[in-house]
Amino acid sequence: MIEVNFIHKAFGDKEILKGIDATFFQGKTNLIIGQSGSGKTVFLKSLVGLHEIDQGEIIYDDRALGALNNRERKALRTEMGMVFQGNALFDSLTIEENVSFALSMFSDMSLSERRDRADFCLQRVNLPNVHKQFPSELSGGMQKRVAIARAISMNPKYLFCDEPNSGLDPKTAIVIDRLLQEITQEFNITTVINTHDMNSVIEIGDHIIFIKDGTKAWQGTGEQILNTDNPEIVDFVYSSRLFQRIRENM
Amino acid sequence: MLGRTFRKPESRSMYYKAFISDLDLLGLNSLALVTVISVFVGAVVTIQTAFNLDDPLVPDYYVAIATRESIILEFSPTIVSLILAGKVGSNIASTLGSMRVSEQIDALEVMGVNPASYLIAPKVLALVFFNPILIIISMFLGVLGGYVASMGGVMTVSDYVYGLTVDFVPYHITYALIKSFVFAFLIVTISAYYGFFVKGGAIEVGINSTKAVVSSSVAIIVSNYMLTNLLLV
Repeated sequence: MIEVNFIHKAFGDKEILKGIDATFFQGKTNLIIGQSGSGKTVFLKSLVGLHEIDQGEIIYDDRALGALNNRERKALRTEMGMVFQGNALFDSLTIEENVSFALSMFSDMSLSERRDRADFCLQRVNLPNVHKQFPSELSGGMQKRVAIARAISMNPKYLFCDEPNSGLDPKTAIVIDRLLQEITQEFNITTVINTHDMNSVIEIGDHIIFIKDGTKAWQGTGEQILNTDNPEIVDFVYSSRLFQRIRENM
Repeated sequence: MLGRTFRKPESRSMYYKAFISDLDLLGLNSLALVTVISVFVGAVVTIQTAFNLDDPLVPDYYVAIATRESIILEFSPTIVSLILAGKVGSNIASTLGSMRVSEQIDALEVMGVNPASYLIAPKVLALVFFNPILIIISMFLGVLGGYVASMGGVMTVSDYVYGLTVDFVPYHITYALIKSFVFAFLIVTISAYYGFFVKGGAIEVGINSTKAVVSSSVAIIVSNYMLTNLLLV
């Protein structure tokens, strides 16, 4: 579980996060939703420590991120996996080397054990025959799955995904969403996903936080979001014609 | 940044692999360029010196002495390092800059890897190790270029070979190698700084690569003056 208490983050004079409180639960897909520019990515990067917060605290199962020394923070990071918006695969390494990178860096596994683990992770994301290829040789959806395989290679306790569906067609996006949900439940991970894709919200949203202008404007479940009267949520969720029609028929 | 760069590696084998890869990319890949430039500049220096010392009172072997000293003291360590600042410096800055804008550096950080150390330290070690080797090869090839020029008739080959051995000061080689160590360190650290801290996108990567080359070239020229003052005067 990750607890976030009243965090603030500013870049110069511009305050991006204005005191957000949130809890992200283990074994659930926790979604952060909001419009572009609402502060979702800054929030996610603050959670993993890529941005130092100005105020507040982030607690990973009783470990306050701000109170950890360098070694403890490194140890915590080996418990994290992250899928970046642009995948951030290492383009000079093969797919197998990408997936086993953290294992080579931090584990005592032998080469064959690392290969077996990489193979398991790639099988798990349904990519069995790409081990020796390079990221640039794969499609966007396949690269996303490699990024997920890399993120789960170290058996993480916490999985973070920044816009995992961006740039993917609707069908592939649903495959990725379901994969993330399966992995979350199978390995009992605390998964936090940044998205503005309403299909993802309905498909896999166990626990949802809606961010507007750097503050938490709403929280609830995938079921609740469709029935809420909160005008800001309604405005966001039903902004497309498709969802407006769905609402009319509800 | 230097403090973060020279920290204990997370995995020696991974850093060693990165070192070998950088040795190939930054060092061995520069060998062809250094070879061509050194041979031709050595030949040209010999011809020009012979042309300028065309005096019956000056013995022909003085041309070889001048060629040797020009190549050992200045051309090989300084001019070759300046050329490498363009080739290697832009490569380092653009590679690290691209990794920064595509979030690969963030990915390393989230994994718990020290990106400054993993990405920069092997490059520093690779070039500091290989630049002196390149410079020695350049010295040899520059002198060889002069030899080839002497065969073309600007002077006799025997005068050229004799001139190479007259008044030879071994310390000049040491001086050149000290310079090559310092220049290699400057090229990598300055270029890595500009690449590592890129903010923005592809345009900023290009701008910072140019800045990396300009800054490391200026640093080489200024430090060349300081080292010469310190080591030769």
